[in-house]
Amino acid sequence: MILQPTFAPSRALRYWPGFPLALSLLLFLLLLGWAFFPTLFSSADPLLADPTQTLRAPSAQHWFGTDHLGRDLYARCVHGAALSLQATAIAVLIALLVGTLLGGVAGWFGGVADRVLAVLVEVLMAIPALLLAMAIVTALGFGTLEIAVAVGLSSVAVFARLARGEVLRWRSRTFVEAARVVGVGPWSNLCRHVLPHAAGPLLALAALEFASAVLAVSALSFLGFGAPPPQPEWGLLIAEGRNYMVAAWWYTTLPGLVVAAVVLATQQLGRGLQRLQGEQP
Amino acid sequence: MKTSPLWRLAQALLVLWAAFSLSFAILYALPGDPVAILLAQSGEPGTADPAQVAELRARYHLDGSLWQQYGGALWRLLHLDLGVSLQTGKPVAAALAAALPATLALAFAALLLAVPLGIGVALAARQVRRRPLQAALHNAPALVVSLPTFWVGLLLLQLFSFRLHWLPAMGEHGVASLVLPALTLALPCAAMIAQVLGRSLASVSQQPFVQALRSKGVGRWRLLWRHVLHNAAIPLLSLTGTLLGNLLAGAVVTETVFSRDGVGRLAQAAVASQDIAVVQGVVLLAATLYVLTNLLTDLLYPRLDPRLRQGSHP
Repeated sequence: MILQPTFAPSRALRYWPGFPLALSLLLFLLLLGWAFFPTLFSSADPLLADPTQTLRAPSAQHWFGTDHLGRDLYARCVHGAALSLQATAIAVLIALLVGTLLGGVAGWFGGVADRVLAVLVEVLMAIPALLLAMAIVTALGFGTLEIAVAVGLSSVAVFARLARGEVLRWRSRTFVEAARVVGVGPWSNLCRHVLPHAAGPLLALAALEFASAVLAVSALSFLGFGAPPPQPEWGLLIAEGRNYMVAAWWYTTLPGLVVAAVVLATQQLGRGLQRLQGEQP
Repeated sequence: MKTSPLWRLAQALLVLWAAFSLSFAILYALPGDPVAILLAQSGEPGTADPAQVAELRARYHLDGSLWQQYGGALWRLLHLDLGVSLQTGKPVAAALAAALPATLALAFAALLLAVPLGIGVALAARQVRRRPLQAALHNAPALVVSLPTFWVGLLLLQLFSFRLHWLPAMGEHGVASLVLPALTLALPCAAMIAQVLGRSLASVSQQPFVQALRSKGVGRWRLLWRHVLHNAAIPLLSLTGTLLGNLLAGAVVTETVFSRDGVGRLAQAAVASQDIAVVQGVVLLAATLYVLTNLLTDLLYPRLDPRLRQGSHP
Protein backbone atom coordinates (compact mmCIF):
# COMPACT_ATOMS: atom_id res chain seq x y z
CA MET A 1 0.00 0.00 0.00
CA ILE A 2 1.30 3.43 -0.86
CA LEU A 3 0.14 6.18 1.41
CA GLN A 4 -0.84 9.42 -0.24
CA PRO A 5 0.32 12.73 1.13
CA THR A 6 -2.45 14.26 3.17
CA PHE A 7 -1.88 17.77 1.87
CA ALA A 8 -3.38 18.30 -1.57
CA PRO A 9 -4.27 21.78 -2.79
CA SER A 10 -7.91 22.23 -3.59
CA ARG A 11 -8.94 22.59 -7.20
CA ALA A 12 -9.82 26.23 -6.95
CA LEU A 13 -6.51 27.12 -5.33
CA ARG A 14 -4.46 25.43 -8.02
CA TYR A 15 -5.50 27.89 -10.69
CA TRP A 16 -5.04 30.93 -8.51
CA PRO A 17 -1.71 32.34 -9.61
CA GLY A 18 -0.64 33.29 -6.11
CA PHE A 19 1.16 36.36 -4.93
CA PRO A 20 4.68 35.56 -6.25
CA LEU A 21 3.37 34.80 -9.71
CA ALA A 22 1.28 37.97 -9.83
CA LEU A 23 4.24 40.05 -8.70
CA SER A 24 6.44 38.37 -11.33
CA LEU A 25 3.92 39.14 -14.04
CA LEU A 26 3.79 42.75 -12.92
CA LEU A 27 7.60 42.98 -12.93
CA PHE A 28 7.80 41.40 -16.37
CA LEU A 29 5.24 43.83 -17.77
CA LEU A 30 7.22 46.69 -16.24
CA LEU A 31 10.34 45.31 -17.91
CA LEU A 32 8.58 45.18 -21.27
CA GLY A 33 7.54 48.78 -20.70
CA TRP A 34 11.15 49.75 -19.97
CA ALA A 35 12.30 48.01 -23.12
CA PHE A 36 9.69 49.34 -25.53
CA PHE A 37 8.88 52.78 -24.13
CA PRO A 38 11.99 53.85 -22.19
CA THR A 39 11.19 57.56 -22.47
CA LEU A 40 7.85 56.96 -20.73
CA PHE A 41 9.61 55.71 -17.59
CA SER A 42 12.59 58.00 -17.46
CA SER A 43 12.91 61.48 -18.83
CA ALA A 44 16.68 61.70 -18.25
CA ASP A 45 19.13 61.04 -21.07
CA PRO A 46 21.09 57.82 -20.38
CA LEU A 47 24.16 59.06 -22.26
CA LEU A 48 24.20 62.68 -21.11
CA ALA A 49 27.08 63.33 -18.72
CA ASP A 50 26.71 66.05 -16.09
CA PRO A 51 30.05 66.88 -14.42
CA THR A 52 28.32 68.70 -11.56
CA GLN A 53 26.33 65.62 -10.54
CA THR A 54 28.96 62.85 -10.33
CA LEU A 55 28.45 59.92 -7.93
CA ARG A 56 25.33 61.30 -6.20
CA ALA A 57 23.51 58.93 -3.87
CA PRO A 58 19.95 57.84 -4.74
CA SER A 59 17.46 60.66 -4.22
CA ALA A 60 14.04 61.79 -5.45
CA GLN A 61 15.67 63.33 -8.49
CA HIS A 62 18.01 60.40 -9.28
CA TRP A 63 16.25 57.23 -8.10
CA PHE A 64 19.31 54.99 -8.55
CA GLY A 65 21.88 57.76 -8.02
CA THR A 66 24.36 58.89 -10.64
CA ASP A 67 27.57 57.37 -12.03
CA HIS A 68 31.12 58.69 -12.25
CA LEU A 69 30.22 60.90 -15.22
CA GLY A 70 27.04 62.22 -13.62
CA ARG A 71 24.70 60.14 -15.77
CA ASP A 72 21.40 59.08 -14.20
CA LEU A 73 21.66 55.37 -13.34
CA TYR A 74 17.92 54.77 -13.35
CA ALA A 75 17.73 56.12 -16.89
CA ARG A 76 20.64 53.91 -17.88
CA CYS A 77 18.94 50.85 -16.40
CA VAL A 78 15.68 51.67 -18.18
CA HIS A 79 17.36 52.24 -21.52
CA GLY A 80 19.59 49.20 -21.03
CA ALA A 81 16.51 47.00 -20.73
CA ALA A 82 15.97 47.11 -24.49
CA LEU A 83 19.55 45.98 -25.21
CA SER A 84 19.60 43.24 -22.61
CA LEU A 85 16.10 42.01 -23.36
CA GLN A 86 16.80 41.98 -27.09
CA ALA A 87 19.94 39.90 -26.57
CA THR A 88 18.08 37.50 -24.29
CA ALA A 89 15.17 37.10 -26.69
CA ILE A 90 17.51 36.40 -29.62
CA ALA A 91 19.46 33.89 -27.52
CA VAL A 92 16.33 31.98 -26.46
CA LEU A 93 14.96 32.04 -30.01
CA ILE A 94 18.20 30.62 -31.43
CA ALA A 95 18.38 27.92 -28.77
CA LEU A 96 14.71 27.04 -29.33
CA LEU A 97 14.95 26.86 -33.14
CA VAL A 98 18.29 25.06 -33.40
CA GLY A 99 17.46 22.73 -30.52
CA THR A 100 14.05 21.84 -31.94
CA LEU A 101 15.54 21.22 -35.37
CA LEU A 102 18.34 18.98 -34.07
CA GLY A 103 16.18 17.14 -31.56
CA GLY A 104 13.30 16.78 -34.01
CA VAL A 105 15.48 15.34 -36.77
CA ALA A 106 17.24 12.99 -34.34
CA GLY A 107 13.99 11.75 -32.82
CA TRP A 108 12.16 11.46 -36.14
CA PHE A 109 14.81 9.84 -38.31
CA GLY A 110 16.69 7.97 -35.58
CA GLY A 111 19.74 5.93 -36.58
CA VAL A 112 22.88 7.90 -37.38
CA ALA A 113 21.24 11.27 -36.74
CA ASP A 114 20.25 10.13 -33.26
CA ARG A 115 23.75 8.87 -32.46
CA VAL A 116 25.32 12.11 -33.65
CA LEU A 117 22.91 14.14 -31.53
CA ALA A 118 23.63 11.99 -28.49
CA VAL A 119 27.35 12.74 -28.79
CA LEU A 120 26.70 16.42 -29.50
CA VAL A 121 24.47 16.76 -26.43
CA GLU A 122 27.06 14.96 -24.31
CA VAL A 123 29.73 17.40 -25.54
CA LEU A 124 27.51 20.39 -24.88
CA MET A 125 26.95 19.07 -21.36
CA ALA A 126 30.68 18.51 -20.91
CA ILE A 127 31.67 22.08 -21.75
CA PRO A 128 30.23 24.57 -19.23
CA ALA A 129 27.79 26.88 -21.02
CA LEU A 130 29.69 30.02 -20.07
CA LEU A 131 32.99 28.69 -21.45
CA LEU A 132 31.31 27.53 -24.66
CA ALA A 133 29.68 30.93 -25.06
CA MET A 134 33.08 32.57 -24.48
CA ALA A 135 34.61 30.39 -27.21
CA ILE A 136 31.86 31.39 -29.64
CA VAL A 137 32.31 35.06 -28.72
CA THR A 138 36.03 34.70 -29.41
CA ALA A 139 35.23 33.56 -32.92
CA LEU A 140 32.40 36.00 -33.62
CA GLY A 141 33.83 39.13 -32.02
CA PHE A 142 32.29 41.36 -29.34
CA GLY A 143 28.88 43.01 -29.26
CA THR A 144 25.30 42.61 -28.06
CA LEU A 145 24.24 40.48 -31.03
CA GLU A 146 27.36 38.34 -30.78
CA ILE A 147 26.81 37.46 -27.12
CA ALA A 148 23.16 36.74 -27.90
CA VAL A 149 24.17 34.22 -30.58
CA ALA A 150 26.81 32.73 -28.29
CA VAL A 151 24.40 32.27 -25.37
CA GLY A 152 21.78 30.83 -27.73
CA LEU A 153 24.10 28.28 -29.31
CA SER A 154 25.55 27.25 -25.96
CA SER A 155 22.13 26.37 -24.54
CA VAL A 156 20.92 24.27 -27.47
CA ALA A 157 21.38 20.97 -25.63
CA VAL A 158 18.36 21.18 -23.28
CA PHE A 159 16.01 22.05 -26.14
CA ALA A 160 17.40 19.31 -28.37
CA ARG A 161 16.90 16.72 -25.64
CA LEU A 162 13.34 17.81 -24.91
CA ALA A 163 12.43 18.01 -28.62
CA ARG A 164 13.83 14.53 -29.23
CA GLY A 165 11.84 13.10 -26.34
CA GLU A 166 8.62 14.79 -27.46
CA VAL A 167 9.04 13.62 -31.07
CA LEU A 168 9.65 10.07 -29.88
CA ARG A 169 6.52 10.32 -27.76
CA TRP A 170 4.31 11.38 -30.66
CA ARG A 171 5.82 9.66 -33.69
CA SER A 172 4.20 6.29 -33.07
CA ARG A 173 0.71 7.73 -32.51
CA THR A 174 -2.02 6.56 -34.82
CA PHE A 175 -2.65 9.92 -36.46
CA VAL A 176 1.04 10.29 -37.37
CA GLU A 177 1.16 6.81 -38.85
CA ALA A 178 -2.10 7.48 -40.66
CA ALA A 179 -0.58 10.59 -42.20
CA ARG A 180 2.40 8.54 -43.32
CA VAL A 181 0.16 5.89 -44.87
CA VAL A 182 -1.82 8.55 -46.71
CA GLY A 183 1.45 9.67 -48.25
CA VAL A 184 2.58 12.69 -46.25
CA GLY A 185 6.34 13.08 -46.64
CA PRO A 186 8.57 12.68 -43.59
CA TRP A 187 9.48 16.36 -43.32
CA SER A 188 5.97 17.72 -43.64
CA ASN A 189 4.73 14.98 -41.34
CA LEU A 190 7.31 16.05 -38.73
CA CYS A 191 6.52 19.74 -39.11
CA ARG A 192 2.76 19.57 -39.60
CA HIS A 193 1.73 16.74 -37.32
CA VAL A 194 4.40 16.02 -34.71
CA LEU A 195 6.06 19.32 -33.82
CA PRO A 196 2.82 21.22 -33.04
CA HIS A 197 2.26 18.75 -30.22
CA ALA A 198 5.78 19.34 -28.94
CA ALA A 199 5.31 23.11 -29.03
CA GLY A 200 3.76 23.42 -25.56
CA PRO A 201 6.56 21.85 -23.51
CA LEU A 202 9.20 23.49 -25.71
CA LEU A 203 7.72 26.95 -25.23
CA ALA A 204 7.43 26.40 -21.48
CA LEU A 205 11.10 25.44 -21.44
CA ALA A 206 11.89 28.55 -23.48
CA ALA A 207 10.18 30.69 -20.84
CA LEU A 208 12.27 29.03 -18.15
CA GLU A 209 15.47 29.34 -20.20
CA PHE A 210 14.76 33.04 -20.57
CA ALA A 211 15.84 33.50 -16.96
CA SER A 212 19.18 31.72 -17.38
CA ALA A 213 19.73 33.57 -20.65
CA VAL A 214 19.36 36.91 -18.83
CA LEU A 215 22.02 35.70 -16.40
CA ALA A 216 24.37 34.45 -19.13
CA VAL A 217 24.01 37.58 -21.24
CA SER A 218 24.68 39.85 -18.27
CA ALA A 219 27.67 37.72 -17.22
CA LEU A 220 29.26 37.95 -20.68
CA SER A 221 28.50 41.65 -20.78
CA PHE A 222 30.08 42.03 -17.31
CA LEU A 223 33.22 40.25 -18.54
CA GLY A 224 33.47 42.91 -21.23
CA PHE A 225 32.40 41.01 -24.33
CA GLY A 226 29.16 42.90 -24.96
CA ALA A 227 28.43 46.34 -26.32
CA PRO A 228 31.23 48.94 -26.04
CA PRO A 229 31.18 51.32 -23.00
CA PRO A 230 28.83 54.21 -23.69
CA GLN A 231 25.99 51.69 -24.11
CA PRO A 232 23.93 51.07 -20.94
CA GLU A 233 23.98 47.26 -21.11
CA TRP A 234 23.20 45.87 -17.64
CA GLY A 235 26.28 43.70 -17.20
CA LEU A 236 28.48 46.53 -18.42
CA LEU A 237 26.84 49.00 -16.02
CA ILE A 238 27.77 46.75 -13.11
CA ALA A 239 31.30 46.25 -14.43
CA GLU A 240 31.76 50.03 -14.69
CA GLY A 241 30.63 50.45 -11.11
CA ARG A 242 33.38 48.13 -9.85
CA ASN A 243 35.90 50.97 -9.77
CA TYR A 244 33.69 53.14 -7.56
CA MET A 245 32.54 50.58 -5.01
CA VAL A 246 34.08 52.35 -2.03
CA ALA A 247 32.50 55.70 -2.85
CA ALA A 248 29.21 54.64 -4.43
CA TRP A 249 27.48 51.51 -3.18
CA TRP A 250 24.46 52.13 -5.41
CA TYR A 251 26.48 52.00 -8.63
CA THR A 252 26.84 48.19 -8.68
CA THR A 253 24.09 47.25 -6.23
CA LEU A 254 21.01 48.75 -7.86
CA PRO A 255 21.59 47.65 -11.48
CA GLY A 256 22.45 44.19 -10.11
CA LEU A 257 19.20 44.21 -8.18
CA VAL A 258 17.36 44.93 -11.44
CA VAL A 259 19.03 41.93 -13.12
CA ALA A 260 18.26 39.68 -10.15
CA ALA A 261 14.63 40.82 -10.08
CA VAL A 262 14.21 40.17 -13.79
CA VAL A 263 15.76 36.70 -13.51
CA LEU A 264 13.55 35.81 -10.53
CA ALA A 265 10.40 37.11 -12.19
CA THR A 266 10.98 35.29 -15.49
CA GLN A 267 11.87 32.13 -13.61
CA GLN A 268 8.62 32.28 -11.65
CA LEU A 269 6.66 32.85 -14.85
CA GLY A 270 8.46 29.98 -16.58
CA ARG A 271 7.69 27.65 -13.68
CA GLY A 272 4.07 28.76 -13.78
CA LEU A 273 3.86 28.00 -17.49
CA GLN A 274 5.47 24.60 -16.99
CA ARG A 275 3.01 23.77 -14.22
CA LEU A 276 0.18 24.76 -16.53
CA GLN A 277 1.66 22.48 -19.20
CA GLY A 278 1.94 19.62 -16.75
CA GLU A 279 -1.73 19.88 -15.82
CA GLN A 280 -2.90 19.61 -19.38
CA PRO A 281 -3.59 16.03 -20.45
CA MET B 1 22.93 -2.00 -22.69
CA LYS B 2 26.67 -2.44 -22.72
CA THR B 3 28.22 -1.08 -19.56
CA SER B 4 31.63 -2.73 -19.51
CA PRO B 5 34.38 -0.37 -18.34
CA LEU B 6 36.17 -0.62 -21.70
CA TRP B 7 33.07 0.40 -23.61
CA ARG B 8 32.57 3.29 -21.19
CA LEU B 9 36.19 4.40 -21.73
CA ALA B 10 35.71 4.35 -25.50
CA GLN B 11 32.61 6.50 -25.09
CA ALA B 12 34.53 8.97 -22.94
CA LEU B 13 37.27 9.22 -25.56
CA LEU B 14 34.65 9.77 -28.25
CA VAL B 15 33.16 12.66 -26.31
CA LEU B 16 36.61 14.17 -25.76
CA TRP B 17 37.36 13.91 -29.47
CA ALA B 18 34.01 15.50 -30.27
CA ALA B 19 34.70 18.32 -27.79
CA PHE B 20 38.02 18.96 -29.50
CA SER B 21 36.40 18.93 -32.95
CA LEU B 22 33.58 21.23 -31.87
CA SER B 23 35.92 23.75 -30.27
CA PHE B 24 38.18 23.58 -33.32
CA ALA B 25 35.22 24.14 -35.63
CA ILE B 26 34.05 27.13 -33.58
CA LEU B 27 37.44 28.77 -33.13
CA TYR B 28 39.32 27.96 -36.33
CA ALA B 29 36.73 27.39 -39.02
CA LEU B 30 34.57 30.46 -38.42
CA PRO B 31 35.44 33.58 -40.39
CA GLY B 32 37.95 35.83 -38.69
CA ASP B 33 41.63 35.35 -39.39
CA PRO B 34 43.68 34.98 -36.17
CA VAL B 35 46.84 36.21 -37.88
CA ALA B 36 45.06 39.31 -39.15
CA ILE B 37 43.79 39.98 -35.61
CA LEU B 38 47.30 39.48 -34.24
CA LEU B 39 48.80 41.90 -36.75
CA ALA B 40 46.07 44.45 -36.12
CA GLN B 41 46.70 44.23 -32.35
CA SER B 42 50.44 44.64 -32.73
CA GLY B 43 49.84 47.91 -34.51
CA GLU B 44 50.83 46.72 -37.99
CA PRO B 45 48.93 48.30 -40.85
CA GLY B 46 46.43 46.24 -42.81
CA THR B 47 48.80 45.51 -45.66
CA ALA B 48 51.32 43.33 -43.88
CA ASP B 49 54.38 41.81 -45.46
CA PRO B 50 53.32 38.47 -47.03
CA ALA B 51 56.51 36.79 -45.88
CA GLN B 52 55.82 37.88 -42.31
CA VAL B 53 52.26 36.62 -42.50
CA ALA B 54 53.50 33.27 -43.82
CA GLU B 55 56.04 33.05 -41.02
CA LEU B 56 53.40 33.81 -38.38
CA ARG B 57 51.07 31.23 -39.91
CA ALA B 58 53.78 28.60 -39.79
CA ARG B 59 54.70 29.43 -36.20
CA TYR B 60 51.13 29.11 -34.95
CA HIS B 61 50.33 26.10 -37.16
CA LEU B 62 47.79 28.13 -39.09
CA ASP B 63 49.19 27.30 -42.54
CA GLY B 64 47.77 24.72 -44.92
CA SER B 65 44.14 23.82 -45.45
CA LEU B 66 41.65 23.61 -42.61
CA TRP B 67 41.83 19.81 -42.64
CA GLN B 68 45.63 19.89 -42.42
CA GLN B 69 45.39 22.29 -39.48
CA TYR B 70 42.82 20.03 -37.84
CA GLY B 71 44.93 16.92 -38.34
CA GLY B 72 48.03 18.67 -37.02
CA ALA B 73 46.22 20.02 -33.97
CA LEU B 74 44.72 16.60 -33.19
CA TRP B 75 48.12 14.95 -33.56
CA ARG B 76 49.71 17.48 -31.22
CA LEU B 77 46.85 17.06 -28.75
CA LEU B 78 47.59 13.33 -28.59
CA HIS B 79 51.02 14.38 -27.33
CA LEU B 80 49.38 16.72 -24.80
CA ASP B 81 50.54 19.74 -26.78
CA LEU B 82 47.77 22.36 -26.82
CA GLY B 83 49.56 24.70 -29.19
CA VAL B 84 51.12 28.09 -28.66
CA SER B 85 49.45 31.19 -27.21
CA LEU B 86 49.03 33.85 -29.87
CA GLN B 87 49.60 36.60 -27.33
CA THR B 88 52.60 35.44 -25.35
CA GLY B 89 54.09 32.91 -27.76
CA LYS B 90 54.40 30.42 -24.91
CA PRO B 91 52.90 26.91 -24.85
CA VAL B 92 49.26 26.86 -23.76
CA ALA B 93 49.76 23.75 -21.66
CA ALA B 94 52.41 25.54 -19.59
CA ALA B 95 50.18 28.59 -19.11
CA LEU B 96 47.32 26.37 -17.96
CA ALA B 97 49.57 24.43 -15.61
CA ALA B 98 50.84 27.69 -14.11
CA ALA B 99 47.32 29.03 -13.58
CA LEU B 100 45.79 25.80 -12.32
CA PRO B 101 47.01 25.70 -8.68
CA ALA B 102 45.35 29.01 -7.76
CA THR B 103 42.05 27.93 -9.34
CA LEU B 104 42.27 24.50 -7.72
CA ALA B 105 42.73 26.09 -4.30
CA LEU B 106 39.74 28.35 -4.93
CA ALA B 107 37.57 25.51 -6.22
CA PHE B 108 38.56 23.25 -3.34
CA ALA B 109 37.74 25.92 -0.79
CA ALA B 110 34.41 26.53 -2.54
CA LEU B 111 33.61 22.80 -2.45
CA LEU B 112 34.47 22.67 1.23
CA LEU B 113 31.86 25.37 1.82
CA ALA B 114 29.29 24.24 -0.74
CA VAL B 115 28.92 20.56 0.11
CA PRO B 116 28.09 20.94 3.84
CA LEU B 117 25.99 24.03 3.15
CA GLY B 118 23.99 22.39 0.36
CA ILE B 119 23.42 19.16 2.25
CA GLY B 120 22.61 21.04 5.44
CA VAL B 121 20.01 23.25 3.76
CA ALA B 122 18.38 20.26 2.05
CA LEU B 123 18.19 18.28 5.29
CA ALA B 124 16.96 21.26 7.30
CA ALA B 125 14.28 22.05 4.71
CA ARG B 126 13.05 18.48 5.13
CA GLN B 127 13.11 18.36 8.93
CA VAL B 128 12.14 21.85 10.03
CA ARG B 129 8.45 22.10 10.77
CA ARG B 130 8.05 25.82 11.49
CA ARG B 131 6.23 27.25 8.51
CA PRO B 132 8.07 30.49 7.67
CA LEU B 133 11.49 28.92 8.23
CA GLN B 134 10.60 25.87 6.20
CA ALA B 135 9.35 28.01 3.33
CA ALA B 136 12.54 30.07 3.45
CA LEU B 137 14.73 26.97 3.38
CA HIS B 138 12.71 25.54 0.51
CA ASN B 139 12.94 28.66 -1.61
CA ALA B 140 16.48 29.75 -0.78
CA PRO B 141 18.25 27.51 -3.35
CA ALA B 142 16.09 28.69 -6.26
CA LEU B 143 16.62 32.27 -5.14
CA VAL B 144 20.40 31.92 -4.94
CA VAL B 145 20.60 30.25 -8.36
CA SER B 146 18.90 33.22 -9.96
CA LEU B 147 21.31 35.82 -8.56
CA PRO B 148 24.11 36.83 -10.94
CA THR B 149 27.37 35.39 -9.53
CA PHE B 150 29.37 38.51 -10.30
CA TRP B 151 26.83 40.66 -8.46
CA VAL B 152 26.91 38.43 -5.38
CA GLY B 153 30.71 38.70 -5.41
CA LEU B 154 30.56 42.47 -5.65
CA LEU B 155 27.98 42.66 -2.84
CA LEU B 156 30.13 40.52 -0.55
CA LEU B 157 33.14 42.63 -1.44
CA GLN B 158 31.24 45.81 -0.71
CA LEU B 159 29.88 44.59 2.61
CA PHE B 160 32.78 42.67 4.13
CA SER B 161 35.76 44.50 2.65
CA PHE B 162 34.74 48.09 2.13
CA ARG B 163 32.12 48.59 4.87
CA LEU B 164 33.18 46.27 7.67
CA HIS B 165 36.88 45.91 6.73
CA TRP B 166 36.86 42.30 7.88
CA LEU B 167 38.50 40.75 4.87
CA PRO B 168 40.93 41.95 2.18
CA ALA B 169 39.33 43.01 -1.10
CA MET B 170 41.98 41.92 -3.57
CA GLY B 171 45.21 40.00 -3.66
CA GLU B 172 46.14 36.42 -2.91
CA HIS B 173 47.72 36.36 0.50
CA GLY B 174 46.70 33.65 2.91
CA VAL B 175 43.34 32.19 3.79
CA ALA B 176 41.62 35.52 4.48
CA SER B 177 41.77 36.56 0.83
CA LEU B 178 40.29 33.20 -0.17
CA VAL B 179 37.13 33.47 1.94
CA LEU B 180 35.06 35.87 -0.16
CA PRO B 181 35.87 34.38 -3.60
CA ALA B 182 35.28 30.88 -2.28
CA LEU B 183 31.95 31.94 -0.78
CA THR B 184 30.92 33.60 -4.06
CA LEU B 185 31.78 30.46 -5.98
CA ALA B 186 30.24 28.16 -3.37
CA LEU B 187 26.77 29.73 -3.15
CA PRO B 188 25.42 28.64 -6.57
CA CYS B 189 27.00 25.19 -6.16
CA ALA B 190 25.47 24.79 -2.69
CA ALA B 191 22.11 25.81 -4.12
CA MET B 192 22.45 23.19 -6.86
CA ILE B 193 23.34 20.48 -4.32
CA ALA B 194 20.43 21.51 -2.09
CA GLN B 195 17.98 21.39 -5.00
CA VAL B 196 19.07 17.95 -6.23
CA LEU B 197 19.30 16.45 -2.75
CA GLY B 198 15.98 18.00 -1.72
CA ARG B 199 14.20 16.47 -4.71
CA SER B 200 15.87 13.14 -4.11
CA LEU B 201 14.99 13.16 -0.39
CA ALA B 202 11.38 13.88 -1.24
CA SER B 203 11.15 11.01 -3.72
CA VAL B 204 12.86 8.51 -1.41
CA SER B 205 10.56 9.49 1.46
CA GLN B 206 7.59 8.47 -0.66
CA GLN B 207 8.86 4.92 -1.03
CA PRO B 208 7.09 2.05 0.75
CA PHE B 209 10.10 1.05 2.87
CA VAL B 210 10.14 4.50 4.46
CA GLN B 211 6.43 4.28 5.21
CA ALA B 212 6.98 0.83 6.71
CA LEU B 213 9.79 2.07 8.92
CA ARG B 214 7.77 5.06 9.97
CA SER B 215 4.80 2.91 10.89
CA LYS B 216 7.12 0.75 12.98
CA GLY B 217 7.89 3.83 15.01
CA VAL B 218 11.35 4.84 13.80
CA GLY B 219 12.00 8.45 14.80
CA ARG B 220 12.17 11.20 12.17
CA TRP B 221 15.87 11.98 12.61
CA ARG B 222 16.94 8.36 12.78
CA LEU B 223 14.83 7.57 9.74
CA LEU B 224 16.43 10.40 7.77
CA TRP B 225 19.96 9.72 8.89
CA ARG B 226 20.06 5.94 8.75
CA HIS B 227 17.67 5.09 5.93
CA VAL B 228 16.60 7.96 3.68
CA LEU B 229 19.89 9.81 3.28
CA HIS B 230 21.78 6.72 2.10
CA ASN B 231 19.39 6.21 -0.74
CA ALA B 232 18.92 9.87 -1.53
CA ALA B 233 22.61 10.72 -1.72
CA ILE B 234 23.26 8.67 -4.84
CA PRO B 235 21.93 11.21 -7.38
CA LEU B 236 24.45 13.68 -5.91
CA LEU B 237 27.22 11.55 -7.36
CA SER B 238 26.06 12.09 -10.92
CA LEU B 239 26.02 15.81 -10.22
CA THR B 240 29.79 15.86 -9.58
CA GLY B 241 30.79 16.39 -13.23
CA THR B 242 28.37 19.27 -13.73
CA LEU B 243 29.43 20.73 -10.41
CA LEU B 244 33.10 20.77 -11.35
CA GLY B 245 32.23 22.36 -14.68
CA ASN B 246 30.21 25.01 -12.87
CA LEU B 247 33.14 25.65 -10.53
CA LEU B 248 35.45 26.24 -13.50
CA ALA B 249 32.92 28.47 -15.28
CA GLY B 250 32.19 30.28 -12.04
CA ALA B 251 35.92 30.80 -11.56
CA VAL B 252 35.96 32.92 -14.73
CA VAL B 253 33.56 35.40 -13.14
CA THR B 254 34.83 35.09 -9.57
CA GLU B 255 38.49 35.53 -10.46
CA THR B 256 37.60 38.55 -12.56
CA VAL B 257 35.59 40.12 -9.74
CA PHE B 258 38.29 39.54 -7.12
CA SER B 259 41.24 40.15 -9.48
CA ARG B 260 42.77 36.77 -8.73
CA ASP B 261 45.08 34.90 -11.04
CA GLY B 262 43.94 31.53 -12.30
CA VAL B 263 42.44 29.58 -15.16
CA GLY B 264 39.29 31.69 -15.18
CA ARG B 265 41.20 34.93 -15.46
CA LEU B 266 43.37 33.34 -18.14
CA ALA B 267 40.24 32.44 -20.11
CA GLN B 268 38.76 35.91 -19.70
CA ALA B 269 41.97 37.57 -20.89
CA ALA B 270 42.28 35.10 -23.76
CA VAL B 271 38.78 35.86 -25.02
CA ALA B 272 39.38 39.59 -24.64
CA SER B 273 42.49 39.35 -26.84
CA GLN B 274 40.97 36.64 -29.10
CA ASP B 275 43.76 34.22 -28.27
CA ILE B 276 42.07 31.15 -29.74
CA ALA B 277 44.70 28.62 -28.69
CA VAL B 278 44.31 29.49 -24.99
CA VAL B 279 40.50 29.57 -25.24
CA GLN B 280 40.53 26.11 -26.79
CA GLY B 281 42.89 24.93 -24.07
CA VAL B 282 40.52 26.04 -21.32
CA VAL B 283 37.50 24.54 -23.10
CA LEU B 284 39.33 21.22 -23.49
CA LEU B 285 40.39 21.32 -19.84
CA ALA B 286 36.77 21.74 -18.77
CA ALA B 287 35.57 18.97 -21.08
CA THR B 288 38.30 16.59 -19.87
CA LEU B 289 37.42 17.32 -16.26
CA TYR B 290 33.75 16.57 -16.89
CA VAL B 291 34.37 13.42 -18.92
CA LEU B 292 36.87 12.00 -16.44
CA THR B 293 34.63 12.70 -13.44
CA ASN B 294 31.65 11.13 -15.13
CA LEU B 295 33.72 8.11 -16.12
CA LEU B 296 34.87 7.73 -12.55
CA THR B 297 31.40 8.11 -11.03
CA ASP B 298 29.93 5.67 -13.55
CA LEU B 299 32.52 3.09 -12.56
CA LEU B 300 31.91 3.84 -8.87
CA TYR B 301 28.12 3.55 -9.04
CA PRO B 302 27.88 -0.25 -8.82
CA ARG B 303 30.25 -0.23 -5.85
CA LEU B 304 28.09 2.23 -3.95
CA ASP B 305 24.67 1.01 -5.01
CA PRO B 306 24.20 -2.74 -4.57
CA ARG B 307 21.11 -2.61 -6.78
CA LEU B 308 23.28 -1.80 -9.79
CA ARG B 309 25.58 -4.80 -9.39
CA GLN B 310 25.40 -7.45 -12.06
CA GLY B 311 22.75 -10.10 -11.73
CA SER B 312 20.57 -8.20 -9.31
CA HIS B 313 18.69 -6.02 -11.79
CA PRO B 314 15.05 -5.75 -10.79
